[in-house]
Amino acid sequence: MTNNSIEKFQDPGLPEHIHRKADHDEKAAKTAERQVAILFLLSAVGTVLAIGSYIFMPQDVVIFIPIMGDQNAAQLFLGLGIAMATFFLGMGAVHWAKTLMPDTEVVAERHEFRSEESDREDFVATVKEQGGSAGLGRRTLIKRSLGLAGGLAALTPIVMLRDLGPQPKKQLETTSWEAGTRLVTDPGDRPIKPSDLEVGAVAQVLPALKDGEERTLENIGKDAVLLIRLNPSEFNLDSERLSWTHDGIIAFSKICSHMGCAVALYEQQTKHLLCPCHQSTFDVTRAAKVIFGPAARPLPQLAITLDSEGYLVAKQPFTEPVGPSFWERNTK
Amino acid sequence: MSQKERIIGGVANYVDERTGAAKWLNKNLKKVFPDHWSFMLGEVALYSFIILLLSGTFLTFWFDPSQRDVIYNGSYMPLQHVQMSAAYASTLHISFDVRGGLLMRQIHHWAALLFMAAIIAHLLRVFFTGAFRKPREANWLIGVGLVTLGIVEGFLGYSLPDDLLSGTGIRIAEAILQAIPVVGSYIAFFAFGGAFPGHVFIPRIYTVHVLLLPGAFLALITIHLMLVWYQKHTQYPGPGRTEKNVVGYPLMPVYMAKAGGFFGIVFGVTAFLGAVASINPIWLYGPYTPGQISAGSQPDFYMGWLDGLVRMSPPIETHAFGHTISWNILIPGLIVPGILFTGMALYPFIESYISGDKREHHLLDRPRNVPNRTALGVMSLTFIMVVLINGGNDLIATHFHMSINQIMWMSRIGVFILPPLSFVITKRICLSLQRADRDLVLHGRETGRLVMLPHGEFVEVHEPISAEKAWTLTSHEQPKAIPHVSEDANGVAKPKSLVNKLRSRMSTANAEQRPAATATEAKELEGGHH
Repeated sequence: MTNNSIEKFQDPGLPEHIHRKADHDEKAAKTAERQVAILFLLSAVGTVLAIGSYIFMPQDVVIFIPIMGDQNAAQLFLGLGIAMATFFLGMGAVHWAKTLMPDTEVVAERHEFRSEESDREDFVATVKEQGGSAGLGRRTLIKRSLGLAGGLAALTPIVMLRDLGPQPKKQLETTSWEAGTRLVTDPGDRPIKPSDLEVGAVAQVLPALKDGEERTLENIGKDAVLLIRLNPSEFNLDSERLSWTHDGIIAFSKICSHMGCAVALYEQQTKHLLCPCHQSTFDVTRAAKVIFGPAARPLPQLAITLDSEGYLVAKQPFTEPVGPSFWERNTK
Repeated sequence: MSQKERIIGGVANYVDERTGAAKWLNKNLKKVFPDHWSFMLGEVALYSFIILLLSGTFLTFWFDPSQRDVIYNGSYMPLQHVQMSAAYASTLHISFDVRGGLLMRQIHHWAALLFMAAIIAHLLRVFFTGAFRKPREANWLIGVGLVTLGIVEGFLGYSLPDDLLSGTGIRIAEAILQAIPVVGSYIAFFAFGGAFPGHVFIPRIYTVHVLLLPGAFLALITIHLMLVWYQKHTQYPGPGRTEKNVVGYPLMPVYMAKAGGFFGIVFGVTAFLGAVASINPIWLYGPYTPGQISAGSQPDFYMGWLDGLVRMSPPIETHAFGHTISWNILIPGLIVPGILFTGMALYPFIESYISGDKREHHLLDRPRNVPNRTALGVMSLTFIMVVLINGGNDLIATHFHMSINQIMWMSRIGVFILPPLSFVITKRICLSLQRADRDLVLHGRETGRLVMLPHGEFVEVHEPISAEKAWTLTSHEQPKAIPHVSEDANGVAKPKSLVNKLRSRMSTANAEQRPAATATEAKELEGGHH
């Protein structure tokens, strides 16, 4: 049997329309009409509920709803009212359309979008003729200077965005920490003595403010430091990094070296620091070496020591930029 | 003429004498729209957009888009006398001291989630049924633009309250900007008006969120709908439906009532959610400060896949010649999403190139009849699901007492293995479903009635299916593969032979089909013995 003689199934055409009960039974139509009216009335009740609870419901009543928990009654009933008003208005309209409006399927013709061949030719001719009369193709000087002018004009809006902000300069590389800056509690701004921290404890600290200085979020975003106290024997550090600690107390930038979130989760058992944003995990005993997750660099360590009064201070500024990487960053 | 008819006539006359619109209106009020539940998905997106405009406008009346420091002094006791930005304080004011304010905030947020969910569902419907094919490629591109803008708009929106959770999201966005090679730190400093967080990003993203992007949405949605109108809606195949017609109901009155009513239903559902289901309770998070964070920080779902990608990225950075490139941010944050969205945008053109099909299509495909496309779609979905799950790995770990490291490694491996696997499985399922269709047409449907034959054998009686059903199951096109021709008739090697070879291979894979049943086969079976 050749391919040609294979007979395909034929399109039987639109199936016969099946009439709804309401189409021929006046009683059913009346019922449908009543149903639509009931839906619309429910919507009206919703509006009354909404406006009523807006005006009369006290704002401080809290009611308990199973699963949802405590809810502010005024917000709840206002919302339920609006929900009823709109939902049943919609249901009424849809029910009306489905039961009483004509449901005979209508067939409309579709036409290919491609124009008649003659129209297409005329169009091309017009473009050639009209466009050609401008002479853009011939007058290359105009074409090139137009391109130059147009391209340059588009530069202005870009250049004018320049004053959106200052240049970064060294701001990404520096923090407020200097040699001798005291570590103070956050919140509270109290200087800290080693005896304030028990072994296993962790504290968030900031650099003490100089006179007349105010704490800004920009500074906190770079200066936040975590102070952790371990048993000195638990450290696994080279001699330089060990000298940056004091009696088991070690300090790291709290700003994640991955994307700048606050590395706030400390696991006392394993001595791991975990960033809640992307789960980068740092080993405190090994100078915050990355042991898991997307961070590529350890958290910068802050060298600390004691000042003459016995308070913890920074021995030196951070030796590398804190926070996420950037193009100009020049240290591994 | 009744009173009513006179009034309608008068209005119609007034309008027509000034616009000449009678002919156009008459034609368009009778415009036919095909009916199918899946055509409502785009409608849901449209209606939630309108809800967003309405509820958003309400919120702007009280929201103060400023990072000015204020001391909170409203009726929410736990944050009394706490220093915070005016943006956060005014959001608290809306939530606790404006009647219906919390409700509107929650409606706005729920509508945003519904908007994105509906867009994605609509996009999947359009993809799997092939509705993006000629002549609708432009509308596909607009759709890809809308989903991209939707992600940005949603992110900016939930960042406006300046609470601890949203500030953390902004911090991550800043890190992505900062990671762009060469110009990154400049872009970040320009965007934030200096060092992070600065005092300008809330007012800036406010303008983008309430003016720039909604304007772009309005323009794109208008073009999107005008094209749907002008090109007429696609329809599913079936008896009486062809490439040359549209079968459905007229705009007036049926679609006006149904669409208008459906808007009410969508609004009602959103309002119900806003009334009973708490969302983004910013008063629990506290004001933003870069030194703090809450555990289980999660973006909204349409950002979750990006977050999951970032989480699973290996820790790679390049340090060379005094510069740093953060591949651990660039790859998951910019490169992979860029490839995904570009691929999505170009798909209609790629498919048309591979199949060589340049014709108009108004009849939709049943997904099983286009196994390769369906498999590709499921493969992409699988990829997104794996990374989305990884975006919630911390919550999964705490809720199900699992090891976060294991979940992360499972996703890292899964993201490479599961998508291709799901491609193969989906393709096989599609081909099996084609075979099942063929069986159904040739052997009829199983009736569940068992009959004992004289010699003791039991058989199940099959009943032939209707002519309508047989047509629906067999009317689809069965494309042929484009053969690979490496040389022309004179034996001269064709240029770009490799490209041609690739195209022909992909076209062969694309054309893999089980043959649809034909009437001839059915007759032969009838004549013979079962």
